[in-house]
Amino acid sequence: MNSSVITADGIAVHEEHHDDSSKTLLGFWIYLMSDCLIFSALFATFAVLSHAYAGGPTGKDIFDLKYVLGETMLLLVSSFTFGMAMLNMHADKRNKLLGWMVITFLFGAAFVGMEIHEFVGLIHEGAGPDRSAFLSAYFFLVGTHGLHVTCGLIWMGVMMHMVHRYGLDGIVKRRLSCLSLFWHFLDVIWICVFTFVYLHGVL
Amino acid sequence: MSNAHEQHAASGGQHGSLKSYMVGFGLSIALTLLSFGCVMAGLVPHHLIMPALMVFCIAQVLVQLGFFLHMGIAPEQRENLMVMVCALIFIGIVVVGSLWVLHNMNAYMMPGMSHGG
Amino acid sequence: MFGKLSLSSIPFDQPIVMWTLAGVVIMGAFVLGAVTYYRKWTYLWKEWFTTVDHKRIGIMYIILALVMLLRGFADAIMMRGQQAMAAAGAQGYLPPHHFDQIFSAHGTIMIFFMAMPFVVGLMNMIVPLQIGARDVAYPFLNSLSFWLTACGVVLIMLSLFIGDFSATGWLAYPPLSELKFSPTVGVDYYIWALQLAGLGTTLSGINFVVTILRMRTPGMALMKMPVFTWTALVTNILIVAAFPALTVALALLGADRYLGMHFFTNDLGGNAMMYINLIWIWGHPEVYILMVPCFGVYSEIISTFSGKPLFGYKSMVYATVAIGVMSFLVWLHHFFTMGSGANVNAFFGIATMIISIPTGVKVFNWLFTMYRGRIRFTVPVLWTIGFMVTFVIGGMTGVLLAVPGADFVLHNSLFLIAHFHNMIIGGVVFGCLAALNFWFPKAMGFKLEERWGKWSFWCWLVGFYVAFVPLYMLGLMGATRRMQHYDNPAWQPYFVVAFIGAAIIFAGIGFTLLQIVVSIRNREANRDLTGDPWGGRTLEWATSSPPPFYNFAVLPKGEELDQFWHDKEAGVAYRQPAKYEDIHMPRNTGVGVFMGAFGVLLGFGLIWHIWWLAILGLVGMIGSFLTRAYDRDVDYYVPAAEVEKIERARMVPLNGLIDRVDVAASEQRVA
Repeated sequence: MNSSVITADGIAVHEEHHDDSSKTLLGFWIYLMSDCLIFSALFATFAVLSHAYAGGPTGKDIFDLKYVLGETMLLLVSSFTFGMAMLNMHADKRNKLLGWMVITFLFGAAFVGMEIHEFVGLIHEGAGPDRSAFLSAYFFLVGTHGLHVTCGLIWMGVMMHMVHRYGLDGIVKRRLSCLSLFWHFLDVIWICVFTFVYLHGVL
Repeated sequence: MSNAHEQHAASGGQHGSLKSYMVGFGLSIALTLLSFGCVMAGLVPHHLIMPALMVFCIAQVLVQLGFFLHMGIAPEQRENLMVMVCALIFIGIVVVGSLWVLHNMNAYMMPGMSHGG
Repeated sequence: MFGKLSLSSIPFDQPIVMWTLAGVVIMGAFVLGAVTYYRKWTYLWKEWFTTVDHKRIGIMYIILALVMLLRGFADAIMMRGQQAMAAAGAQGYLPPHHFDQIFSAHGTIMIFFMAMPFVVGLMNMIVPLQIGARDVAYPFLNSLSFWLTACGVVLIMLSLFIGDFSATGWLAYPPLSELKFSPTVGVDYYIWALQLAGLGTTLSGINFVVTILRMRTPGMALMKMPVFTWTALVTNILIVAAFPALTVALALLGADRYLGMHFFTNDLGGNAMMYINLIWIWGHPEVYILMVPCFGVYSEIISTFSGKPLFGYKSMVYATVAIGVMSFLVWLHHFFTMGSGANVNAFFGIATMIISIPTGVKVFNWLFTMYRGRIRFTVPVLWTIGFMVTFVIGGMTGVLLAVPGADFVLHNSLFLIAHFHNMIIGGVVFGCLAALNFWFPKAMGFKLEERWGKWSFWCWLVGFYVAFVPLYMLGLMGATRRMQHYDNPAWQPYFVVAFIGAAIIFAGIGFTLLQIVVSIRNREANRDLTGDPWGGRTLEWATSSPPPFYNFAVLPKGEELDQFWHDKEAGVAYRQPAKYEDIHMPRNTGVGVFMGAFGVLLGFGLIWHIWWLAILGLVGMIGSFLTRAYDRDVDYYVPAAEVEKIERARMVPLNGLIDRVDVAASEQRVA
């Protein structure tokens, strides 16, 4: 923190404008940490209720690990492809950036699709969120992550339009950097989800 | 808004290279497969599964933070790092505290009243 | 089509509510009529509603808080009236369901829509000025935060006349707040009003953390920041860290009520204690979110009016940070009686007692600042001294409650009610009113009348003790909170005295309003031409009152603690630069207002299960946000010539004063 103070004195004039982008990224990072706390409270709730089956199905009964591995791979690949998109953004290659974003979008959408399919299947089997506290916690935690991914997809769609319309100017780059943080962050959350919800759940 | 400055700032932070993304991606895939392998294929003895999962989980989170989110200890990232450390402390308090409090309460419930049911 | 909503949702059968409605309609018509008559709509829209200026947003927050203070106080005095009457079989004038709504609304409103807007408003008004910045980090988000808070206020106020409000206490504990036991929309009003306002608060927390970390004037190291800014930093970190827990608790309760889930229900494995755990993980830091900025206010006031630098600046900062961290480790003391084991209760009990140490450090710092100071007994100082006495008493009763064994007796008794009112009135309300008197000239350009301010102070102080000391006694006699009536006739005299105390506080509120009205009328006589009416120490006093929209024509230096005092002593305050430069400023925007308005539709639709309205609201919010995202014309440059014109106009009355100010400062130093 002190470093910014020292530089502020020396290159104060320079600082004023150049701040805009790094300031936004700092703010967005703080938002992500706040979001992370939301997830941590949900994880804590899940842990507290993780054995409250109320006579209903347990994790072992309903989780299909192969399916979850598939979801995980989709999200992981999308994280990597978004990284490729960002590399092209920094290299100012607009069309390649858009191409990688489309790929990322498709992988993300496929992930959400798989998750919806999984949820619908569970509800049809009578293992919906109203069956037991354990299932409520499961649906809410995983669903919140899915909702975040969906928001990320909408944001990505908007950003593709912005890249198309405005090109790669400072504002668009700044926002893409935020989206990139958001997307990778969701991947990090998913690592905890598959470890503590699915893998731990079937043990 | 002077775009030149902004571009400088946006690219001023470390944003990785093709190589770092590839390495991160490879490591993530490997760690994911190891995690699933532990449970699905029984790669480790049963009593070691949970510790192994924890290790792989933490390792993969670190890999992603380093290679995808470009967290590091460079001066320009120190602020972000401090924010994250601060958040981790709060997360620790919330998760560990809640589990301790609730577990303790459940342990003292009268027989038949337990919420575990 | 209209979900659960029908004409019968309006409580026509409740005369109290209907009379209030009539009053609100008449008053509202009067205000709207006046605005129309004087043709002020355009002015209001252009200069206030759409503003992104942190000072104006701050003023709007504080006006909102004062309005909600009246609403919350109306609830308070109704409760006191009811309990003064309803002894030994008498039922008073409020039926149980109405009484339950009143105490729930009182707590909810006073914390979320009175105290929070007040402290957020103060931080808005002062923090950028103290760090020598021209605005906050994200001016548009700041406006959005305000309008989301306002949206929560609108929903809460609607609950008075359409449907009912939550009758489950200010934290809506399940299982009582579950659909099975609270089937009406009351709890839904509570959930959505708080979620929307909470979103606004979180955004403003992020905004201020970044503002303080990144926008300090050149040279201002963290340990050179004014104490109020330090407390604001800690407060906003607490906001960002604590509000997620509230969001989760309310979202899970909402999932139970709307989606039939079983987080906190009695059946199918639900665990109500998890809600109580989560809500207090937010709730205890929240107490400090309100309290810590007020510590900053008292510090600024006491050093200014003692004519001395704050005693132990560093220890004050460390104490503030320590309180911030500790506030996350004590939440269980709100539910010692839940049934955790002795080790859990002991840990949280001891942690609670430890938190009184940094607080004690602060009290001694203030006392030592006053020691050998040349104290001017202005209204802000009276509030500060009143605070110190009251707060220490409240703190000691708090340490009593921190003993788990004692808490088993005192939990949910009126002793607890007296304790936290002792902290929140004595700490937060006194702090806010002190700040109102202290910074009013900075915000408005003229001072508040001392006389009515003193009347207000004495009424509040005396009224507080008369109202709450009987509650301490009643608590020890075994009276619990939230009683619509009680059997023991021996308690009645105490309740009557408490009612009289509330009436004295009412006079105090009246005098504050009178003070504001009289001061506005006599504003010419009380003008603050220097920008420094009190002999201030920090940078907010270096600019004019009210400050120009760009705050500082030239960014001030910030190398010293009490920089402005230092400049006055060195005789370099008010020095004008040879040449002015263009200033980069954000443009006003109405998007925040629209998002708030769509937020009301979203909330109202969700509360009444009018799904099309909820979708309309949500789509409207996202759509408004996107228009903002596509708007490329969000800032502009103020030409140097215009800055120069404004600054020259300011210097005209100052020219004769500067010498005198500098002399006065050096005289004070010599003394």
